[in-house]
Amino acid sequence: MMNTRKNTSIIRNSQTKALVETIAQIIFTVCAVVAVLAVFSITLYMFLQGTPAFAQVGIREILFHSVWAPTAQTPSYGILYIILTSIIGTAAAVLIGVPIGVLTAVFLAEVAPRKLAAFVRPAIDLLAGIPSVIYGLLGIMILNPLMYRLEQIIFADSETHQFTGGANLISAVLVLVIMILPTVINISQSSLQAVQKDLKDASYGLGASQIQTIFRVQIPAAKSGIISAVVLGVGRAIGEAMAISLVSGSSVNFPLPFNSVRFLTTAIVSEMGYAADTHRMVLFSIGLVLFVFIMLINTLLTKILKGAPQDA
Amino acid sequence: MSNVKIKTRDLNLYYGENHALKSVNMDIMGNEITAFIGPSGCGKSTYLKTLNRMNDFVLNVKITGEVTLDGENIYGSGVDSTLLRRKVGMVFQQPNPFPMSIYDNIAYGPRLAGIRSKVKLDEIVETSLRQAAIWEEVHDRLKKSALGLSGGQQQRLCIARALAVQPEVLLMDEPTSALDPISTSKIEELCMQLKKDYTIIIVTHNMQQAARISDKTAFFLLGEMIEYAPTEELFSLPKDKRTEDYITGRFG
Amino acid sequence: MPSSLQRKKPRIADRVAYVFIYLSAAISVLILIGIIGYVFFRGVGSINLEFLTKATSARAGTTGIAGNIINTLYIIVITLMVAAPIGIGSAVFLNEYAKPGKFVRLIEFTTEILSGIPSIIFGLFGMVFFGTTLRLGYSILTGALTLTLMILPLITRNTQEALKTVPNSYRSGALGIGATKWYMIRTILLPSAMPGILTGVILAIGRIVGESAALLFTAGSGYILPKTASDFFSKIFESGGTMTIQLYLSMSKGQYDIAFGIALVLLVIVLGINFATKYLAHKFDLTKKK
Repeated sequence: MMNTRKNTSIIRNSQTKALVETIAQIIFTVCAVVAVLAVFSITLYMFLQGTPAFAQVGIREILFHSVWAPTAQTPSYGILYIILTSIIGTAAAVLIGVPIGVLTAVFLAEVAPRKLAAFVRPAIDLLAGIPSVIYGLLGIMILNPLMYRLEQIIFADSETHQFTGGANLISAVLVLVIMILPTVINISQSSLQAVQKDLKDASYGLGASQIQTIFRVQIPAAKSGIISAVVLGVGRAIGEAMAISLVSGSSVNFPLPFNSVRFLTTAIVSEMGYAADTHRMVLFSIGLVLFVFIMLINTLLTKILKGAPQDA
Repeated sequence: MSNVKIKTRDLNLYYGENHALKSVNMDIMGNEITAFIGPSGCGKSTYLKTLNRMNDFVLNVKITGEVTLDGENIYGSGVDSTLLRRKVGMVFQQPNPFPMSIYDNIAYGPRLAGIRSKVKLDEIVETSLRQAAIWEEVHDRLKKSALGLSGGQQQRLCIARALAVQPEVLLMDEPTSALDPISTSKIEELCMQLKKDYTIIIVTHNMQQAARISDKTAFFLLGEMIEYAPTEELFSLPKDKRTEDYITGRFG
Repeated sequence: MPSSLQRKKPRIADRVAYVFIYLSAAISVLILIGIIGYVFFRGVGSINLEFLTKATSARAGTTGIAGNIINTLYIIVITLMVAAPIGIGSAVFLNEYAKPGKFVRLIEFTTEILSGIPSIIFGLFGMVFFGTTLRLGYSILTGALTLTLMILPLITRNTQEALKTVPNSYRSGALGIGATKWYMIRTILLPSAMPGILTGVILAIGRIVGESAALLFTAGSGYILPKTASDFFSKIFESGGTMTIQLYLSMSKGQYDIAFGIALVLLVIVLGINFATKYLAHKFDLTKKK
């Protein structure tokens, strides 16, 4: 009944089929190469655009001078304070954000009753999805007035302090803390959950309490995951622009808590709109400095992930 | 009847450094059931997969020697491996229906061969399901997901799916090892019926199964084909000491 | 040492630790509730029909973000039209075609790097490369192409994860009866991986909607509504600010009512996207279990 089979050969009878297969494979390969090309061209452009200012103004004049007066009669392009602000601001945000984030992760992974965790987890995801401009808006409307009040109390008798209206380093750091929380929480949580259960059981079996188990066994075991969470948090904080551009004030100062400051990112955002000539070139140099920072952080991250055992 | 369907000459297969098949020579007859037995890792499944070139997808595989199907070398130049696989279908250890309806599962093969006509597809689906002895159980729910069937039904569906492309040879890689005894006997019965239209090669762990259904049996050990004989002969009068040890349960 | 099994007083260190753990979780949740509550409270007054359906115009005396909503849609559609095929294709290559080796490591490494580059850098690159080198200027197209690079890793990674969850038996099942690889990918793999791919696309929409730094110097800030049919096409070559850009500009100018109105619209979208991804993830789990 089924023996209506033609006596077919297995020798290839259609060139189109082989052609379609080859074309499909080529197209997929090209798609994959786009990412490589993108990173390559971004790197190339950042260097092409960012280095001319160093040649024209001088590397030392840009990187190690602190006076930023690009539009003055005798312009000065020192970005030292801007670099320091980014470093100190990011470090402060990470120092505050990581403990809160890791403890929240511990809460979600170990401590929280199932129902409470089921409520908190989506809340954290939501926090990650909120556009950064909204954080900026809330920073201006809520944090800045609070900071201004604090400023008025602390510097009531000071004669040298320049009042900032609350747009200062602290406000920016607090916004950054909130913005890195979801990253730190999510990654720490999954690395905590990946810790093998027998480790935990062994610790309980020796009579340890839950807290002792968490801090002496589970967090150390999840160390590499938590470190990558921190590194990613650093990356996110140092690269954030819009949320802190208005919150941090509008002048370049040494990064003291109550000073109005400018970050690498916010310098670009607030001046690129009107900058021209050398000023514009220096803004690209700032971009290059930021790019180099990010690349260092990324390389560090890959190193950590490579060095980590596969199960963490 | 001496119609040799698949002829293997001096077949060697290497996974990287590992010499997995050692100089296999074998003639497989048409319209018979041939069983491959042997302990795990003996090369019987590997050999089965060389017969429709499923090993092409494994990295670092090197094959020497010759396998011919109806006189054509399947590793020769100009061979389209997809045409080969339509002639030499395969049923796997785990039932693997696609996540689509029963109908679409069966029609998958015919469609890829370019058949679009609804009438024709309906006919193929029904014939294939009847051949695989599952039509009665599923004809009223052809549009339902195939994943809702029981394990035994899924495996018969997969056999029907393989039959729908009208192959000439059916390779079965331990098709019943994941199934219960009742489903197993249904599939064995099915094989007996199918051999009048198809050449069936079955890999099995279960010696009773080989004894029950196969015409010829080949015993593999450590990548070598040790003995190949009519089933009754192999089980009652094994020529090789190692075959005897295995079938009497002394190892493996 | 007392050796009774009776409960001793819990260690003080434990108690302190619990307090901090609960406190941290409370901070994270309260911040979220505070943000949503505050934005809703301040923004709800600005939302009305005119706000959502008219463009701001001094002449007509209207205040509205319709132009920005349309720009946002333009950018979403164009970005996805370019990024989705490339991202999915790249994932298919990595998962189905590539043999492990230097080339694959290079692609995976650069994809990783790409996802770590901050949006302001994408903005600078887009401005110079698409805007100046390719002469597209400040336009919706420049913005969309810039965002394409930014969301590419997101789509690639989600598709790759989804492809990894497709059982190998589906692949051998199709190949074993003579399907070609591309036919197998088209008919079995991509449909099975669809919920995961969609999750990636929806997350990408979320990032596009929320993005600002990469758009400020690429797509610009225009907010005029297209009037004729031909405008709809030529608009992609014109400057167009998304909702986030308008929010940023309004807040720089001190127009806080408009800013909060937009913020509320954005929050609603973000909430919707969150529910959509949760729903898809749930559905995906169900199909996997079967």
